[in-house]
Amino acid sequence: MKKFDYHIPKSLEEALSLFKSLENAKYIAGGTDVLVNIKRKKESPSHLISLRNIDSLKVVEKKDGLKIGSCLIHQELLKIEEIRTYYSALYDALTKLGSKQIRNVATIGGNICNAAPSADTACPLLVLDAQVVIFGEKGTRMVPIDDFFEGPGTVAKEESEIVTSFELPSFPKYTGSAYIKHTRREAMDLAMVSAASRITFAAEDQSLLRDFLSSKGVEELDKELKNYPLFVKEARIALGVVAPRPFRAKKAESCLEGKFLNEETLREACEKAAEEAQPRDTIRGEAWYRREMVKVLTKRTILLSVKRAIEMCS
Amino acid sequence: MKKEIKFHLNGEEVVAEVEPHWTLLYFLRNVMKLKGTKEGCGYGECGACTVVVDKRAVNACLYPILEVDGKKVITIEGLSKPDGQLHFIQKSFIEEGAVQCGFCTPGMIMSAYALYEEKENPDEEDIKEAIEGNLCRCTGYIKIVQAIKSAKRRQQ
Ligand SMILES: Cc1cc2nc3c(=O)[nH]c(=O)nc-3n(C[C@H](O)[C@H](O)[C@H](O)COP(=O)(O)OP(=O)(O)OC[C@H]3O[C@@H](n4cnc5c(N)ncnc54)[C@H](O)[C@@H]3O)c2cc1C
Ligand code: FES
Ligand code: FES
Repeated sequence: MKKFDYHIPKSLEEALSLFKSLENAKYIAGGTDVLVNIKRKKESPSHLISLRNIDSLKVVEKKDGLKIGSCLIHQELLKIEEIRTYYSALYDALTKLGSKQIRNVATIGGNICNAAPSADTACPLLVLDAQVVIFGEKGTRMVPIDDFFEGPGTVAKEESEIVTSFELPSFPKYTGSAYIKHTRREAMDLAMVSAASRITFAAEDQSLLRDFLSSKGVEELDKELKNYPLFVKEARIALGVVAPRPFRAKKAESCLEGKFLNEETLREACEKAAEEAQPRDTIRGEAWYRREMVKVLTKRTILLSVKRAIEMCS
Repeated sequence: MKKEIKFHLNGEEVVAEVEPHWTLLYFLRNVMKLKGTKEGCGYGECGACTVVVDKRAVNACLYPILEVDGKKVITIEGLSKPDGQLHFIQKSFIEEGAVQCGFCTPGMIMSAYALYEEKENPDEEDIKEAIEGNLCRCTGYIKIVQAIKSAKRRQQ
């Protein structure tokens, strides 16, 4: 491997000033992207500045939503009960990311800053309205995750800036979210297409949601939508690997938001999502197939979100 | 420019001068001459280089050597007792016939070892999750899963 020097700062300030004083420096968290890139000669930094030993990047705060430090490893995030319960889309992504060995070192900050179109935590953070907290020379600032992704591998921050945490708002109880990653093999594969969604119903729907569950059980959901006029207060749909960056399919969202959820609105949303996708032919999958899969996955994640919202109200 | 690190390797303290760009895998194989940990791909894909750092299974090929400072590292060489008696997972692999060419075996066993450190009675799902990142080109995995599953019983 090409030679580089390696620095282990203990604070954010120290990390930033190292970055400023060293030439051709790069931050490293878990290193599962950075070291692979160096080994494959895609990049050749002279200095790596490790963020792994900075305690403030590993915070978990559970009031008014959830704040998670950028340097928490995926395996630790999986153990946070709130993620499993209230931010299920993120939980879905974490269970499918890499292998145990990768999840034991790779961080969520690295996954987001690397900004691959296939980054598994990206679509979940998009539908969960995450804010990215960034530390730099001018202090701390916040950017909505939707504005943070720019293109493949590029994010809206200066090179010297450090992502410190992600803030997730707290959603009303009648909310559900889900993420589905479509791969060729079951384990250890990057997504060929992926989709996440979140549905938040109106407060008035709560008793309806409860009735639904007691009379039908969520398995019947598909067929029963027309008998239960559930009003969608907020809808989020995000797609991965079918554009230069993970993105929100906003036209698809507006097919559902402020509308009643039924077969028709659901179908429209899925079709719009497929229109908004710009898949390409690559070795991992052909464009036409991916576009079809966008429809399928969008539908599945929405139905799963609805199921979860119903279960939350039971 | 070399830097000094101090850490526990298989229960013994090691103080060493290392190059900052080395990986833990390079250090184990080329400096410590511990060749039990294998290099397959070098990119985190195959798991042949799996070792346990502070109770977690990691890919040594992607682990910066300076990050092991102050930590506890266990490799396949650290599992058997000083008198040569094998670890119960190792015995189980032999008895179940879970080894063919053997190249994946140290990594598989280290993943299983980390699993047993975390969970006393892992089920089949836990086992499959634990070895998700370990490729085997010979066995078809069935005997490996069996060996890990029955390891605990054999110990008793
Ligand atoms: C075998 C293998 C399988 C994989 N499987 C998957 C998969 O299934 N799904 C998936 O999404 N990814 C996968 N990956 C990619 C990778 O593991 C993830 O993207 C991981 O989350 C990256 O995190 P890291 O901490 O290792 O990042 P690093 O490699 O340390 O960093 C990645 C980038 O982000 C920057 N960075 C990191 N943290 C910060 C920060 N706090 N502030 C500013 N910049 C920062 C670094 O400078 C670098 O540019 C896989 C990788 C490997 C090797
Ligand atoms: S050599 Fe480390 S994962 Fe293959
Ligand atoms: S026994 Fe040959 S690779 Fe597993």
